[in-house]
Amino acid sequence: MQPNLRLLDAELLERILSEAFALIFQRGVTVQGPEASDLLASAGARVENGVAHIPESLARRTIESVPREFQLHNRAGEPVVKYGGDNVQFDPGSSCVHILDPETLEHRLTQSADLVRLVQVAEMLPQYAAQSTAVVCNDAAKEIGDLYRLFLVLWYSNKPIVTGAFSPHSAPAMIDLLVADSGSPAALREKPRAIFDVCPSPPLHMSEFAAQNLIDLARAWVPAEIVAMPLSGAAAPATLAGTVVQHAAECISGITIHQLAQPGAPVVWGGAPAIFDMRSGITPMGAVETAMLNIASAQVAKSFGLPTHGYLIGSDAKWLDAQAGQESGVAAILGALGGINMISGAGMLDSLACHSAEKLVLDAESIAMAQRLLQGVQPRTESLALEMFAKAGAQGDFLKIPETRKYFRMEQHLPSKVIDRGSLHSWEQSGKRDAFARARDRVKELLAAYKRPAISPHVENNLRAIVTEHAKRTGMAHLPGI
Amino acid sequence: MQDQLFQEMKQAIIDGDPDHARELSFKAIAQGIPPLDAIHHGFVPGLNAVGQQFEAGEMFLPDLVLAGEAMKAATSALEPEIQKAGAARESLGKVVLGTVKGDIHEIGKTLVGTMLSANGFEVFDLGVDVPFESFALKAKELNADLIGVSALLTTTMTGQKDVVEALERHGLRPRVKIIVGGAPVTQSWADEIGADGYGKDAFASVALAKSLLKKQREMPVR
Repeated sequence: MQPNLRLLDAELLERILSEAFALIFQRGVTVQGPEASDLLASAGARVENGVAHIPESLARRTIESVPREFQLHNRAGEPVVKYGGDNVQFDPGSSCVHILDPETLEHRLTQSADLVRLVQVAEMLPQYAAQSTAVVCNDAAKEIGDLYRLFLVLWYSNKPIVTGAFSPHSAPAMIDLLVADSGSPAALREKPRAIFDVCPSPPLHMSEFAAQNLIDLARAWVPAEIVAMPLSGAAAPATLAGTVVQHAAECISGITIHQLAQPGAPVVWGGAPAIFDMRSGITPMGAVETAMLNIASAQVAKSFGLPTHGYLIGSDAKWLDAQAGQESGVAAILGALGGINMISGAGMLDSLACHSAEKLVLDAESIAMAQRLLQGVQPRTESLALEMFAKAGAQGDFLKIPETRKYFRMEQHLPSKVIDRGSLHSWEQSGKRDAFARARDRVKELLAAYKRPAISPHVENNLRAIVTEHAKRTGMAHLPGI
Repeated sequence: MQDQLFQEMKQAIIDGDPDHARELSFKAIAQGIPPLDAIHHGFVPGLNAVGQQFEAGEMFLPDLVLAGEAMKAATSALEPEIQKAGAARESLGKVVLGTVKGDIHEIGKTLVGTMLSANGFEVFDLGVDVPFESFALKAKELNADLIGVSALLTTTMTGQKDVVEALERHGLRPRVKIIVGGAPVTQSWADEIGADGYGKDAFASVALAKSLLKKQREMPVR
């Protein structure tokens, strides 16, 4: 059995849903942009002064039409990411503005080269089922930032991609790029490679570009992930249950707009819910309550059978120290037990402001532990122990029996050298290196072993042509990072 | 033909497959391949490959142990043939091995024994919880060249020093070499107690034993 953790009993779950439906109808959701408002109004919602009051029956109908599962594909067209059920997968966090310099420990502004390095490291780590458009490229024009990030990830990776359009007019160009990557709109629809995060503004506010994004993505059949981010006590009720109600209301209203635009298009009940730290005013991603909000919200989605997403494994620490390991390790385990389909956030520090390739490497070890945990305790042999005892003889020499060699590989996750299980002596001989130092070495090894994917010249030319055209309009002289 | 058989022998050791290794030994005998060639050009390269992969972190203790078992099966099948030919496999030296008194950990020590015998040493394993004096007495009795003392605990590690002293009392030093090993053991500890060396794992111990006994042979006879 796959171990799991659920935080809501049936009664509390029912109350959360009933209040969420009450919220979107009675208080209503602020929806900007004429197209989303029109869609809602013509489906029976009352729209007054920019606030849509969505009846429960309408919301439930749209939830019905959401596909319960769908897949993302790699460059070869293989379905390697599965949204739905209790599948658990991980991708690096998105859209950071800083990168941790592993030598100077400075948090400096991110450039294209930093994104390339992160993508290359994540490409080499099987723990990451998908890539993300991890950092902002400050050496590319701001107007095409979303497009440029996606371009670089497509250029350097074979994996599926969690991305997003965070400024108006980004989405259509990004979809063009994905069509070029897949070969045709039909190929992209049949085997989507990327999913787009769309963020409602808490509380209960859908900006014009978020609403328009949902509509554009639905009509292109490009999977969308609604990333609701209530902050307990600041932009949401202080109670965890109250925050989960708001999270559900934001996801449900997003789904309603999305499904009205194109019933049956793939969409995910996602989020980055967090508590709000009352001392510092930041959103602590490493807090256990943040993990609880993610797990509880996923449980609400699961009550409808919907695909899920969450934001965990980011740490509030500033570099790879004990806090970073503790927060990220605990969150990886909890998120996995929550059965969240896609858990974003690995590699991140400083409450999602800073990314780090070294942390991606460290987090991969926590993720591997979580993945091992999910495999549970399995009866791998017909006789659990008796036969092996018989073979091991009177001395109990288990190292000598072939079963040991066969099964230890299935049973034990063998960590990379980032995890030190050697003797005190060898640790001393290595210069008493800590996990950060070992992670630096591992990043160098992975980068040395990385090979850029083989992309057909035709596709490569098309990708480059689309980006060049957009870049020229902004006055960019060259394409940094390639 | 012969090269292909050697390749299969190497693979049987890497696979840790004693049955297959034994079969290949019989096949070599049937084909009239000199048994020592089978060992040195067939099986030993397999053992070396396992050692290298273990060092690189790509193979693990069970692989090592099973490779040793396969090696034992292969050589014992060849043994009668070697004796028949009168060409006894050249012994690299006699080794007395044991885990020191007070300590019952045997995995590391046994592994060293397997690897030493697979590489051509004659190994006499005294087992675990071995009194200091017994190492010296056994070495004297066998006219051994080398003694290996294992200890897993910091508390029993001090017994390695007692073994060195026992050898001295029996007048066996410096002719009989002594090497030490075990998790808490370091080169500086080996130096401190007057041992001849320290092996960080089974493969390092084999290399160490070879180099010590080579030096010993090159020493002028007085």
